Amino acid sequence: MPVKIIRENWSGKVNTTSLGVEPKAIKIGGEGALPFLYFEGEIPYRPVVACEVWDEKPNDWPDLLTAPFAGVLGDPVAWAKKCLAYGADLICLRLAGAHPETKNKSPQECALVAQRVYAAINTPLIVVGCGEDAKDAAVLPAVAKALTGKYCLLGWATAENYQTITTACDIYGHSLIASSPLDISLAKQLNILITEMGFNPGSVIIDPLVGALGYGLEYAYSIMERIRLSALTGDKMLAMPIICFVGQETWKTKEATSTSLECPTWGEQARRAILWELLTAVTLTQAGGTIMVMRHPETVSHFLAHLLQGR
Amino acid sequence: MLLIGERINGMFKDIREAILNQNSEPVRHWANYQYKAGADYLDLSPGPAVEIEDQPQVMTWLVKTVQKAVPLPCCLDSTNPAAIQAGLSAHQGKAIINSTSADQKKMDILFPLALKYKAAIIGLTMNEKGVPQNAADRLTLAMELVVNADQHGLPTEDLYLDPVVLPCNVAQEQGKEVLETIRQIKILATPPPRIVIGLSNVSQNCPNRNLLNRTFLIMGLAAGLDAAIVDLTDENLLEAVAAARILLNQDIYCDSFLSVFKKRR
Repeated sequence: MPVKIIRENWSGKVNTTSLGVEPKAIKIGGEGALPFLYFEGEIPYRPVVACEVWDEKPNDWPDLLTAPFAGVLGDPVAWAKKCLAYGADLICLRLAGAHPETKNKSPQECALVAQRVYAAINTPLIVVGCGEDAKDAAVLPAVAKALTGKYCLLGWATAENYQTITTACDIYGHSLIASSPLDISLAKQLNILITEMGFNPGSVIIDPLVGALGYGLEYAYSIMERIRLSALTGDKMLAMPIICFVGQETWKTKEATSTSLECPTWGEQARRAILWELLTAVTLTQAGGTIMVMRHPETVSHFLAHLLQGR
Repeated sequence: MLLIGERINGMFKDIREAILNQNSEPVRHWANYQYKAGADYLDLSPGPAVEIEDQPQVMTWLVKTVQKAVPLPCCLDSTNPAAIQAGLSAHQGKAIINSTSADQKKMDILFPLALKYKAAIIGLTMNEKGVPQNAADRLTLAMELVVNADQHGLPTEDLYLDPVVLPCNVAQEQGKEVLETIRQIKILATPPPRIVIGLSNVSQNCPNRNLLNRTFLIMGLAAGLDAAIVDLTDENLLEAVAAARILLNQDIYCDSFLSVFKKRR
Protein backbone atom coordinates (compact mmCIF):
# COMPACT_ATOMS: atom_id res chain seq x y z
CA MET A 1 0.00 0.00 0.00
CA PRO A 2 1.50 3.36 -0.95
CA VAL A 3 2.12 5.66 2.01
CA LYS A 4 0.57 9.07 1.66
CA ILE A 5 2.66 11.74 3.33
CA ILE A 6 0.35 14.08 5.21
CA ARG A 7 1.53 17.65 4.88
CA GLU A 8 0.43 20.56 6.99
CA ASN A 9 -0.15 23.73 4.97
CA TRP A 10 0.85 26.79 6.93
CA SER A 11 -0.37 30.26 6.11
CA GLY A 12 2.37 32.18 7.93
CA LYS A 13 6.12 32.37 7.94
CA VAL A 14 8.89 33.36 10.33
CA ASN A 15 10.54 36.69 9.49
CA THR A 16 13.95 36.64 7.85
CA THR A 17 16.63 38.66 9.61
CA SER A 18 20.07 39.46 8.30
CA LEU A 19 22.97 40.13 10.67
CA GLY A 20 26.40 41.50 9.91
CA VAL A 21 27.97 42.85 6.74
CA GLU A 22 28.59 41.05 3.45
CA PRO A 23 30.44 38.87 2.62
CA LYS A 24 30.10 37.51 6.16
CA ALA A 25 26.46 38.42 6.74
CA ILE A 26 24.32 35.67 8.25
CA LYS A 27 20.66 35.16 7.52
CA ILE A 28 18.28 33.48 9.92
CA GLY A 29 14.57 32.72 10.03
CA GLY A 30 12.32 32.51 6.98
CA GLU A 31 10.89 29.13 8.04
CA GLY A 32 7.53 28.16 6.59
CA ALA A 33 7.34 24.89 8.51
CA LEU A 34 8.11 23.39 11.90
CA PRO A 35 11.81 22.79 12.60
CA PHE A 36 13.49 20.13 10.44
CA LEU A 37 10.28 19.24 8.56
CA TYR A 38 11.90 20.03 5.24
CA PHE A 39 9.16 18.24 3.29
CA GLU A 40 6.48 20.54 4.65
CA GLY A 41 7.75 23.98 3.78
CA GLU A 42 10.69 26.22 3.19
CA ILE A 43 13.50 26.15 5.76
CA PRO A 44 16.03 28.37 3.99
CA TYR A 45 18.65 28.75 6.75
CA ARG A 46 20.04 26.47 9.42
CA PRO A 47 20.14 27.44 13.09
CA VAL A 48 23.36 29.24 13.99
CA VAL A 49 25.74 29.08 16.92
CA ALA A 50 27.00 32.10 18.78
CA CYS A 51 29.80 31.73 21.31
CA GLU A 52 29.86 33.86 24.40
CA VAL A 53 32.74 36.26 24.94
CA TRP A 54 32.86 38.45 28.03
CA ASP A 55 34.43 41.85 28.43
CA GLU A 56 35.74 40.69 31.84
CA LYS A 57 37.21 37.46 33.06
CA PRO A 58 34.24 35.48 34.43
CA ASN A 59 34.79 34.43 38.03
CA ASP A 60 32.08 31.81 38.35
CA TRP A 61 32.91 29.55 35.41
CA PRO A 62 34.09 26.04 36.31
CA ASP A 63 37.62 25.01 35.29
CA LEU A 64 36.18 22.75 32.63
CA LEU A 65 34.77 25.79 30.90
CA THR A 66 37.71 28.16 31.36
CA ALA A 67 40.33 25.61 30.20
CA PRO A 68 39.58 25.89 26.43
CA PHE A 69 40.01 29.66 26.72
CA ALA A 70 43.21 29.66 28.77
CA GLY A 71 45.21 32.81 28.07
CA VAL A 72 42.43 34.74 26.38
CA LEU A 73 39.95 35.28 29.22
CA GLY A 74 39.98 38.98 30.03
CA ASP A 75 41.02 39.79 26.45
CA PRO A 76 37.74 39.90 24.51
CA VAL A 77 39.41 40.37 21.12
CA ALA A 78 41.64 37.30 21.46
CA TRP A 79 38.77 35.38 23.05
CA ALA A 80 36.46 36.17 20.13
CA LYS A 81 39.07 35.01 17.61
CA LYS A 82 39.48 31.80 19.56
CA CYS A 83 35.72 31.19 19.43
CA LEU A 84 35.70 31.62 15.67
CA ALA A 85 38.59 29.17 15.43
CA TYR A 86 36.42 26.73 17.41
CA GLY A 87 33.73 27.00 14.72
CA ALA A 88 31.25 29.58 16.02
CA ASP A 89 29.09 31.26 13.36
CA LEU A 90 28.98 34.50 15.27
CA ILE A 91 30.10 36.05 18.53
CA CYS A 92 27.95 37.09 21.46
CA LEU A 93 29.77 39.74 23.47
CA ARG A 94 28.45 40.05 27.01
CA LEU A 95 29.19 43.31 28.78
CA ALA A 96 29.26 41.76 32.23
CA GLY A 97 31.61 44.45 33.50
CA ALA A 98 28.92 47.08 33.05
CA HIS A 99 26.93 45.75 35.99
CA PRO A 100 26.59 48.35 38.74
CA GLU A 101 27.51 45.73 41.33
CA THR A 102 30.72 44.65 39.61
CA LYS A 103 32.93 47.03 37.63
CA ASN A 104 30.14 49.43 36.70
CA LYS A 105 31.91 50.27 33.42
CA SER A 106 30.74 53.38 31.60
CA PRO A 107 28.76 53.22 28.34
CA GLN A 108 31.80 54.65 26.51
CA GLU A 109 34.13 51.94 27.85
CA CYS A 110 31.63 49.28 26.81
CA ALA A 111 31.18 50.78 23.36
CA LEU A 112 34.94 50.77 22.84
CA VAL A 113 35.21 47.06 23.69
CA ALA A 114 32.38 46.24 21.28
CA GLN A 115 34.03 48.27 18.56
CA ARG A 116 37.41 46.61 19.07
CA VAL A 117 35.92 43.13 19.02
CA TYR A 118 33.99 43.81 15.84
CA ALA A 119 37.00 45.36 14.12
CA ALA A 120 39.08 42.28 14.93
CA ILE A 121 36.61 39.66 13.73
CA ASN A 122 34.45 41.27 11.01
CA THR A 123 31.84 38.62 11.81
CA PRO A 124 28.22 39.25 12.78
CA LEU A 125 28.14 40.32 16.40
CA ILE A 126 25.58 40.04 19.16
CA VAL A 127 26.10 42.40 22.07
CA VAL A 128 24.21 41.93 25.30
CA GLY A 129 24.46 44.15 28.32
CA CYS A 130 24.77 43.10 31.93
CA GLY A 131 21.10 42.25 32.35
CA GLU A 132 20.34 45.20 34.60
CA ASP A 133 17.53 47.04 32.78
CA ALA A 134 18.50 50.62 33.58
CA LYS A 135 22.22 50.09 32.96
CA ASP A 136 21.56 48.26 29.70
CA ALA A 137 19.40 51.18 28.56
CA ALA A 138 22.38 53.47 29.20
CA VAL A 139 25.04 51.20 27.68
CA LEU A 140 23.36 49.85 24.56
CA PRO A 141 22.74 53.20 22.81
CA ALA A 142 26.48 53.94 23.05
CA VAL A 143 27.27 50.46 21.71
CA ALA A 144 24.71 50.90 18.93
CA LYS A 145 26.33 54.14 17.86
CA ALA A 146 29.88 52.72 17.96
CA LEU A 147 28.76 49.82 15.73
CA THR A 148 26.87 51.92 13.19
CA GLY A 149 26.47 50.15 9.87
CA LYS A 150 27.55 46.74 11.21
CA TYR A 151 23.99 45.38 11.53
CA CYS A 152 24.52 43.84 14.94
CA LEU A 153 22.00 42.27 17.30
CA LEU A 154 21.66 44.08 20.62
CA GLY A 155 19.96 43.03 23.84
CA TRP A 156 18.23 42.82 26.09
CA ALA A 157 15.20 44.99 25.47
CA THR A 158 12.66 44.29 28.22
CA ALA A 159 9.27 45.73 29.11
CA GLU A 160 11.15 48.15 31.38
CA ASN A 161 13.75 49.54 29.01
CA TYR A 162 12.65 48.77 25.45
CA GLN A 163 11.99 52.39 24.46
CA THR A 164 15.57 53.63 24.69
CA ILE A 165 17.03 50.47 23.17
CA THR A 166 14.50 50.36 20.36
CA THR A 167 15.19 53.98 19.45
CA ALA A 168 18.95 53.37 19.43
CA CYS A 169 18.67 50.23 17.29
CA ASP A 170 16.37 52.04 14.91
CA ILE A 171 18.67 55.04 14.47
CA TYR A 172 21.88 53.01 14.08
CA GLY A 173 20.37 50.18 12.03
CA HIS A 174 20.68 47.20 14.38
CA SER A 175 18.39 44.33 15.25
CA LEU A 176 17.30 43.85 18.84
CA ILE A 177 16.58 41.06 21.28
CA ALA A 178 13.17 41.39 22.93
CA SER A 179 13.29 39.50 26.20
CA SER A 180 10.39 38.45 28.38
CA PRO A 181 10.22 35.93 31.21
CA LEU A 182 8.87 32.61 29.82
CA ASP A 183 5.42 33.91 28.92
CA ILE A 184 4.05 33.94 25.41
CA SER A 185 1.58 36.75 26.10
CA LEU A 186 4.29 39.00 27.50
CA ALA A 187 6.53 38.17 24.53
CA LYS A 188 3.78 39.11 22.12
CA GLN A 189 2.95 42.30 24.01
CA LEU A 190 6.59 43.41 24.04
CA ASN A 191 6.87 42.82 20.28
CA ILE A 192 3.75 44.92 19.79
CA LEU A 193 5.10 47.75 21.93
CA ILE A 194 8.43 47.69 20.05
CA THR A 195 6.84 47.64 16.60
CA GLU A 196 4.33 50.32 17.58
CA MET A 197 7.35 52.61 17.89
CA GLY A 198 7.83 52.13 14.15
CA PHE A 199 10.58 49.54 14.56
CA ASN A 200 10.81 46.96 11.76
CA PRO A 201 9.34 43.64 13.04
CA GLY A 202 11.85 41.89 10.79
CA SER A 203 14.64 43.16 13.04
CA VAL A 204 13.25 41.77 16.28
CA ILE A 205 14.52 38.50 17.76
CA ILE A 206 12.59 36.88 20.62
CA ASP A 207 14.43 35.77 23.75
CA PRO A 208 11.86 33.71 25.66
CA LEU A 209 14.28 33.10 28.56
CA VAL A 210 14.84 29.39 28.33
CA GLY A 211 15.73 26.90 31.04
CA ALA A 212 18.36 24.16 30.84
CA LEU A 213 17.70 20.44 30.91
CA GLY A 214 16.19 19.68 34.31
CA TYR A 215 15.50 23.35 34.97
CA GLY A 216 12.32 24.09 33.04
CA LEU A 217 13.42 22.92 29.60
CA GLU A 218 10.00 21.40 28.89
CA TYR A 219 8.31 24.65 29.81
CA ALA A 220 10.57 26.65 27.50
CA TYR A 221 10.04 24.05 24.80
CA SER A 222 6.27 24.31 24.89
CA ILE A 223 6.34 28.11 24.87
CA MET A 224 8.72 28.19 21.92
CA GLU A 225 6.59 25.63 20.12
CA ARG A 226 3.50 27.78 20.64
CA ILE A 227 5.37 30.84 19.40
CA ARG A 228 6.37 28.97 16.26
CA LEU A 229 2.89 27.54 15.67
CA SER A 230 1.43 31.03 16.06
CA ALA A 231 3.92 32.39 13.54
CA LEU A 232 3.05 29.65 11.08
CA THR A 233 -0.66 30.28 11.48
CA GLY A 234 -0.18 33.96 10.71
CA ASP A 235 0.39 35.78 14.02
CA LYS A 236 2.79 38.48 12.84
CA MET A 237 3.58 39.62 16.36
CA LEU A 238 5.11 36.22 17.12
CA ALA A 239 6.75 35.64 13.73
CA MET A 240 10.24 36.49 14.97
CA PRO A 241 13.22 34.12 15.08
CA ILE A 242 14.13 32.95 18.59
CA ILE A 243 17.45 33.24 20.40
CA CYS A 244 18.29 30.82 23.24
CA PHE A 245 20.93 31.57 25.86
CA VAL A 246 21.82 27.93 26.32
CA GLY A 247 25.28 28.35 27.83
CA GLN A 248 24.16 30.83 30.43
CA GLU A 249 21.50 28.42 31.68
CA THR A 250 23.53 25.22 31.46
CA TRP A 251 26.66 26.41 33.18
CA LYS A 252 24.86 27.35 36.36
CA THR A 253 23.33 23.89 36.88
CA LYS A 254 24.93 21.62 39.44
CA GLU A 255 25.01 18.86 36.84
CA ALA A 256 27.40 20.94 34.74
CA THR A 257 29.47 22.53 37.50
CA SER A 258 29.99 19.64 39.93
CA THR A 259 33.33 17.92 39.43
CA SER A 260 33.73 14.19 39.01
CA LEU A 261 35.16 14.05 42.55
CA GLU A 262 32.21 15.88 44.07
CA CYS A 263 29.63 13.68 42.34
CA PRO A 264 31.32 10.41 41.41
CA THR A 265 28.03 8.63 40.67
CA TRP A 266 27.14 11.17 37.98
CA GLY A 267 29.98 10.18 35.71
CA GLU A 268 32.87 12.21 34.41
CA GLN A 269 32.18 15.95 34.52
CA ALA A 270 33.53 16.78 31.06
CA ARG A 271 31.22 14.34 29.33
CA ARG A 272 28.29 15.12 31.61
CA ALA A 273 28.49 18.91 31.38
CA ILE A 274 29.00 19.05 27.64
CA LEU A 275 26.14 16.64 27.09
CA TRP A 276 24.02 18.84 29.34
CA GLU A 277 24.67 21.91 27.20
CA LEU A 278 24.32 19.91 23.98
CA LEU A 279 21.01 18.28 24.92
CA THR A 280 19.60 21.62 25.97
CA ALA A 281 20.61 23.18 22.65
CA VAL A 282 19.43 20.29 20.48
CA THR A 283 16.06 20.20 22.25
CA LEU A 284 15.52 23.92 21.90
CA THR A 285 16.41 23.76 18.21
CA GLN A 286 13.64 21.19 17.80
CA ALA A 287 11.29 23.67 19.48
CA GLY A 288 12.16 26.39 16.97
CA GLY A 289 15.27 28.09 18.38
CA THR A 290 17.36 29.78 15.71
CA ILE A 291 20.34 31.38 17.44
CA MET A 292 21.95 29.16 20.06
CA VAL A 293 24.29 31.04 22.38
CA MET A 294 26.71 28.52 23.86
CA ARG A 295 29.88 28.43 25.88
CA HIS A 296 31.92 25.24 25.57
CA PRO A 297 33.72 24.74 22.23
CA GLU A 298 33.14 21.01 22.33
CA THR A 299 29.40 21.53 22.59
CA VAL A 300 29.64 23.78 19.54
CA SER A 301 31.35 21.18 17.40
CA HIS A 302 28.95 18.40 18.48
CA PHE A 303 25.98 20.66 17.87
CA LEU A 304 27.13 21.66 14.39
CA ALA A 305 27.83 18.03 13.52
CA HIS A 306 24.31 17.18 14.66
CA LEU A 307 22.80 19.94 12.53
CA LEU A 308 24.70 19.07 9.39
CA GLN A 309 23.81 15.41 9.82
CA GLY A 310 20.16 16.49 9.87
CA ARG A 311 20.32 17.86 6.33
CA MET B 1 -12.84 33.09 11.68
CA LEU B 2 -13.79 34.24 8.21
CA LEU B 3 -15.70 37.51 8.13
CA ILE B 4 -17.76 37.96 4.97
CA GLY B 5 -19.03 41.50 4.37
CA GLU B 6 -22.78 41.56 3.61
CA ARG B 7 -23.15 45.10 2.34
CA ILE B 8 -22.85 44.72 -1.46
CA ASN B 9 -26.31 43.30 -1.90
CA GLY B 10 -29.16 44.48 -4.11
CA MET B 11 -31.43 44.33 -1.07
CA PHE B 12 -29.81 47.62 0.01
CA LYS B 13 -31.27 50.62 -1.78
CA ASP B 14 -27.97 52.28 -2.71
CA ILE B 15 -26.59 49.08 -4.21
CA ARG B 16 -29.83 48.33 -6.04
CA GLU B 17 -29.74 51.79 -7.64
CA ALA B 18 -26.04 51.47 -8.37
CA ILE B 19 -26.69 48.21 -10.23
CA LEU B 20 -29.65 49.59 -12.19
CA ASN B 21 -27.70 52.73 -13.18
CA GLN B 22 -24.34 50.95 -13.68
CA ASN B 23 -22.87 53.40 -11.19
CA SER B 24 -19.78 51.79 -9.68
CA GLU B 25 -19.21 54.42 -6.99
CA PRO B 26 -21.40 52.92 -4.17
CA VAL B 27 -20.01 49.44 -4.89
CA ARG B 28 -16.44 50.70 -4.68
CA HIS B 29 -17.27 52.64 -1.53
CA TRP B 30 -18.63 49.57 0.28
CA ALA B 31 -15.84 47.37 -1.01
CA ASN B 32 -13.29 49.78 0.46
CA TYR B 33 -15.22 50.30 3.67
CA GLN B 34 -15.57 46.59 4.39
CA TYR B 35 -11.98 45.90 3.37
CA LYS B 36 -10.73 48.49 5.85
CA ALA B 37 -13.05 47.14 8.55
CA GLY B 38 -11.34 43.75 8.24
CA ALA B 39 -13.50 41.68 5.89
CA ASP B 40 -11.90 38.49 4.58
CA TYR B 41 -14.47 38.06 1.81
CA LEU B 42 -17.11 40.29 0.26
CA ASP B 43 -20.56 38.88 -0.43
CA LEU B 44 -21.90 40.06 -3.81
CA SER B 45 -25.59 39.74 -4.51
CA PRO B 46 -27.44 41.35 -7.46
CA GLY B 47 -30.65 41.08 -5.44
CA PRO B 48 -34.21 40.36 -6.53
CA ALA B 49 -34.70 43.58 -8.53
CA VAL B 50 -32.43 42.38 -11.36
CA GLU B 51 -34.15 40.48 -14.17
CA ILE B 52 -33.06 36.87 -14.34
CA GLU B 53 -31.50 37.21 -17.79
CA ASP B 54 -29.48 40.24 -16.63
CA GLN B 55 -28.08 38.52 -13.53
CA PRO B 56 -24.95 36.96 -15.12
CA GLN B 57 -23.86 40.27 -16.54
CA VAL B 58 -24.57 42.11 -13.26
CA MET B 59 -22.59 39.53 -11.27
CA THR B 60 -19.65 39.90 -13.65
CA TRP B 61 -19.81 43.67 -13.27
CA LEU B 62 -19.91 43.40 -9.46
CA VAL B 63 -16.94 41.03 -9.33
CA LYS B 64 -14.83 43.18 -11.64
CA THR B 65 -15.76 46.43 -9.92
CA VAL B 66 -15.03 45.06 -6.45
CA GLN B 67 -11.77 43.30 -7.31
CA LYS B 68 -10.50 46.40 -9.08
CA ALA B 69 -11.10 48.35 -5.86
CA VAL B 70 -9.80 45.95 -3.19
CA PRO B 71 -7.60 42.84 -3.03
CA LEU B 72 -10.30 40.57 -1.63
CA PRO B 73 -11.96 37.40 -2.86
CA CYS B 74 -15.75 37.34 -3.21
CA CYS B 75 -18.68 35.26 -2.12
CA LEU B 76 -20.97 35.00 -5.15
CA ASP B 77 -24.50 35.18 -3.83
CA SER B 78 -27.25 34.13 -6.22
CA THR B 79 -29.84 31.40 -6.71
CA ASN B 80 -29.14 31.55 -10.45
CA PRO B 81 -26.36 29.13 -11.53
CA ALA B 82 -25.75 31.16 -14.71
CA ALA B 83 -24.98 34.22 -12.58
CA ILE B 84 -22.66 32.15 -10.37
CA GLN B 85 -20.81 30.80 -13.38
CA ALA B 86 -20.42 34.26 -14.88
CA GLY B 87 -19.07 35.56 -11.57
CA LEU B 88 -16.66 32.65 -11.22
CA SER B 89 -15.15 33.16 -14.65
CA ALA B 90 -14.52 36.86 -13.92
CA HIS B 91 -13.19 36.19 -10.40
CA GLN B 92 -9.52 36.26 -9.29
CA GLY B 93 -8.50 34.04 -6.38
CA LYS B 94 -10.59 31.55 -4.44
CA ALA B 95 -14.29 32.43 -4.63
CA ILE B 96 -17.07 31.09 -2.45
CA ILE B 97 -20.33 30.07 -4.11
CA ASN B 98 -23.32 31.21 -2.06
CA SER B 99 -25.08 28.75 -2.26
CA THR B 100 -26.55 25.36 -2.99
CA SER B 101 -29.31 23.75 -0.96
CA ALA B 102 -29.55 20.00 -0.34
CA ASP B 103 -31.73 19.57 -3.47
CA GLN B 104 -30.17 16.88 -5.62
CA LYS B 105 -30.67 18.94 -8.80
CA LYS B 106 -28.94 22.00 -7.39
CA MET B 107 -26.08 20.02 -5.89
CA ASP B 108 -25.48 18.30 -9.23
CA ILE B 109 -25.08 21.66 -10.93
CA LEU B 110 -23.21 23.64 -8.28
CA PHE B 111 -20.70 21.14 -6.84
CA PRO B 112 -19.17 20.52 -10.31
CA LEU B 113 -19.04 24.28 -10.81
CA ALA B 114 -17.15 24.72 -7.52
CA LEU B 115 -14.76 21.98 -8.54
CA LYS B 116 -14.16 23.43 -11.99
CA TYR B 117 -13.28 26.88 -10.65
CA LYS B 118 -11.54 25.57 -7.48
CA ALA B 119 -14.07 27.58 -5.48
CA ALA B 120 -15.49 26.89 -2.03
CA ILE B 121 -19.24 26.53 -1.72
CA ILE B 122 -21.87 27.14 0.93
CA GLY B 123 -24.38 24.33 1.41
CA LEU B 124 -27.67 25.30 3.05
CA THR B 125 -29.23 22.67 5.28
CA MET B 126 -32.59 23.07 3.55
CA ASN B 127 -34.19 21.51 0.49
CA GLU B 128 -37.24 21.85 -1.73
CA LYS B 129 -39.41 21.17 1.34
CA GLY B 130 -38.05 24.24 3.12
CA VAL B 131 -36.03 24.84 6.29
CA PRO B 132 -36.12 21.98 8.84
CA GLN B 133 -37.61 22.84 12.19
CA ASN B 134 -35.05 21.10 14.36
CA ALA B 135 -31.38 20.24 14.65
CA ALA B 136 -31.80 16.56 13.77
CA ASP B 137 -33.42 17.32 10.41
CA ARG B 138 -30.86 20.01 9.64
CA LEU B 139 -28.18 17.48 10.40
CA THR B 140 -29.67 14.94 7.99
CA LEU B 141 -29.41 17.51 5.23
CA ALA B 142 -25.90 18.47 6.34
CA MET B 143 -24.92 14.83 5.93
CA GLU B 144 -26.47 14.73 2.46
CA LEU B 145 -24.43 17.79 1.50
CA VAL B 146 -21.21 16.29 2.88
CA VAL B 147 -21.75 12.98 1.09
CA ASN B 148 -22.68 14.64 -2.21
CA ALA B 149 -19.72 16.99 -2.06
CA ASP B 150 -17.47 14.01 -1.43
CA GLN B 151 -18.99 12.06 -4.33
CA HIS B 152 -18.30 14.99 -6.61
CA GLY B 153 -14.70 15.07 -5.39
CA LEU B 154 -14.95 18.42 -3.61
CA PRO B 155 -12.40 18.72 -0.76
CA THR B 156 -14.13 18.88 2.65
CA GLU B 157 -12.36 22.15 3.46
CA ASP B 158 -14.11 23.76 0.50
CA LEU B 159 -17.58 23.01 1.84
CA TYR B 160 -19.18 25.48 4.23
CA LEU B 161 -22.41 24.22 5.77
CA ASP B 162 -25.01 26.86 6.59
CA PRO B 163 -27.55 25.72 9.21
CA VAL B 164 -29.93 28.55 8.10
CA VAL B 165 -30.48 31.21 10.74
CA LEU B 166 -34.05 32.52 11.02
CA PRO B 167 -35.30 35.78 12.54
CA CYS B 168 -35.74 35.46 16.29
CA ASN B 169 -38.96 37.49 16.30
CA VAL B 170 -40.80 34.95 14.14
CA ALA B 171 -38.92 31.71 14.79
CA GLN B 172 -37.58 32.11 18.28
CA GLU B 173 -37.20 28.38 18.96
CA GLN B 174 -34.85 28.01 15.96
CA GLY B 175 -31.84 29.81 17.46
CA LYS B 176 -31.17 26.95 19.81
CA GLU B 177 -31.61 24.41 17.02
CA VAL B 178 -29.06 26.23 14.86
CA LEU B 179 -26.51 26.23 17.69
CA GLU B 180 -27.11 22.53 18.32
CA THR B 181 -26.70 21.86 14.59
CA ILE B 182 -23.33 23.64 14.63
CA ARG B 183 -22.14 21.47 17.54
CA GLN B 184 -23.32 18.28 15.84
CA ILE B 185 -21.88 19.12 12.41
CA LYS B 186 -18.46 19.40 14.02
CA ILE B 187 -18.56 15.69 14.89
CA LEU B 188 -20.03 14.62 11.58
CA ALA B 189 -16.81 13.98 9.71
CA THR B 190 -13.03 14.24 10.00
CA PRO B 191 -11.83 16.83 9.22
CA PRO B 192 -15.00 18.51 10.43
CA PRO B 193 -16.90 20.44 7.76
CA ARG B 194 -16.73 24.22 8.04
CA ILE B 195 -19.77 26.19 9.10
CA VAL B 196 -21.02 29.60 8.02
CA ILE B 197 -24.12 31.57 8.93
CA GLY B 198 -25.86 34.61 7.51
CA LEU B 199 -25.82 36.41 10.83
CA SER B 200 -28.00 39.46 10.32
CA ASN B 201 -31.00 37.29 9.51
CA VAL B 202 -31.32 36.49 13.21
CA SER B 203 -32.39 40.08 13.96
CA GLN B 204 -34.48 40.85 10.85
CA ASN B 205 -37.08 43.55 11.74
CA CYS B 206 -36.07 43.62 15.39
CA PRO B 207 -34.93 46.55 17.52
CA ASN B 208 -31.41 46.37 18.97
CA ARG B 209 -30.25 44.44 15.95
CA ASN B 210 -26.56 44.83 16.71
CA LEU B 211 -26.98 43.42 20.19
CA LEU B 212 -28.87 40.39 18.90
CA ASN B 213 -26.37 39.83 16.09
CA ARG B 214 -23.39 40.13 18.36
CA THR B 215 -24.77 37.81 21.02
CA PHE B 216 -25.71 35.16 18.51
CA LEU B 217 -22.38 35.33 16.72
CA ILE B 218 -20.47 34.74 19.95
CA MET B 219 -22.75 31.83 20.87
CA GLY B 220 -22.09 30.41 17.41
CA LEU B 221 -18.33 30.81 17.76
CA ALA B 222 -18.42 28.95 21.06
CA ALA B 223 -20.32 26.14 19.32
CA GLY B 224 -17.74 25.87 16.51
CA LEU B 225 -18.74 28.39 13.85
CA ASP B 226 -15.99 29.12 11.28
CA ALA B 227 -17.40 31.95 9.17
CA ALA B 228 -20.26 34.43 9.06
CA ILE B 229 -21.75 36.90 6.64
CA VAL B 230 -21.85 40.02 8.78
CA ASP B 231 -22.43 43.75 9.05
CA LEU B 232 -18.91 45.16 9.15
CA THR B 233 -20.13 48.63 10.07
CA ASP B 234 -20.87 47.21 13.53
CA GLU B 235 -17.69 47.93 15.43
CA ASN B 236 -18.95 46.29 18.63
CA LEU B 237 -19.42 43.07 16.71
CA LEU B 238 -15.78 43.05 15.64
CA GLU B 239 -14.62 43.82 19.17
CA ALA B 240 -16.68 40.92 20.48
CA VAL B 241 -15.07 38.64 17.89
CA ALA B 242 -11.62 39.78 19.06
CA ALA B 243 -12.58 38.92 22.64
CA ALA B 244 -14.11 35.58 21.65
CA ARG B 245 -10.98 34.59 19.76
CA ILE B 246 -8.96 35.18 22.92
CA LEU B 247 -11.42 33.34 25.16
CA LEU B 248 -11.57 30.38 22.77
CA ASN B 249 -7.74 30.27 22.64
CA GLN B 250 -7.67 31.01 18.92
CA ASP B 251 -5.32 33.98 19.28
CA ILE B 252 -2.47 34.23 21.75
CA TYR B 253 -3.46 36.64 24.50
CA CYS B 254 -1.62 39.93 24.88
CA ASP B 255 -2.70 43.16 26.55
CA SER B 256 -3.14 44.83 23.15
CA PHE B 257 -5.38 42.04 21.81
CA LEU B 258 -8.09 44.44 20.69
CA SER B 259 -5.87 46.76 18.66
CA VAL B 260 -3.95 43.78 17.28
CA PHE B 261 -7.18 42.24 16.01
CA LYS B 262 -8.28 45.50 14.43
CA LYS B 263 -4.92 46.02 12.76
CA ARG B 264 -4.54 42.41 11.69
CA ARG B 265 -4.38 43.31 8.05
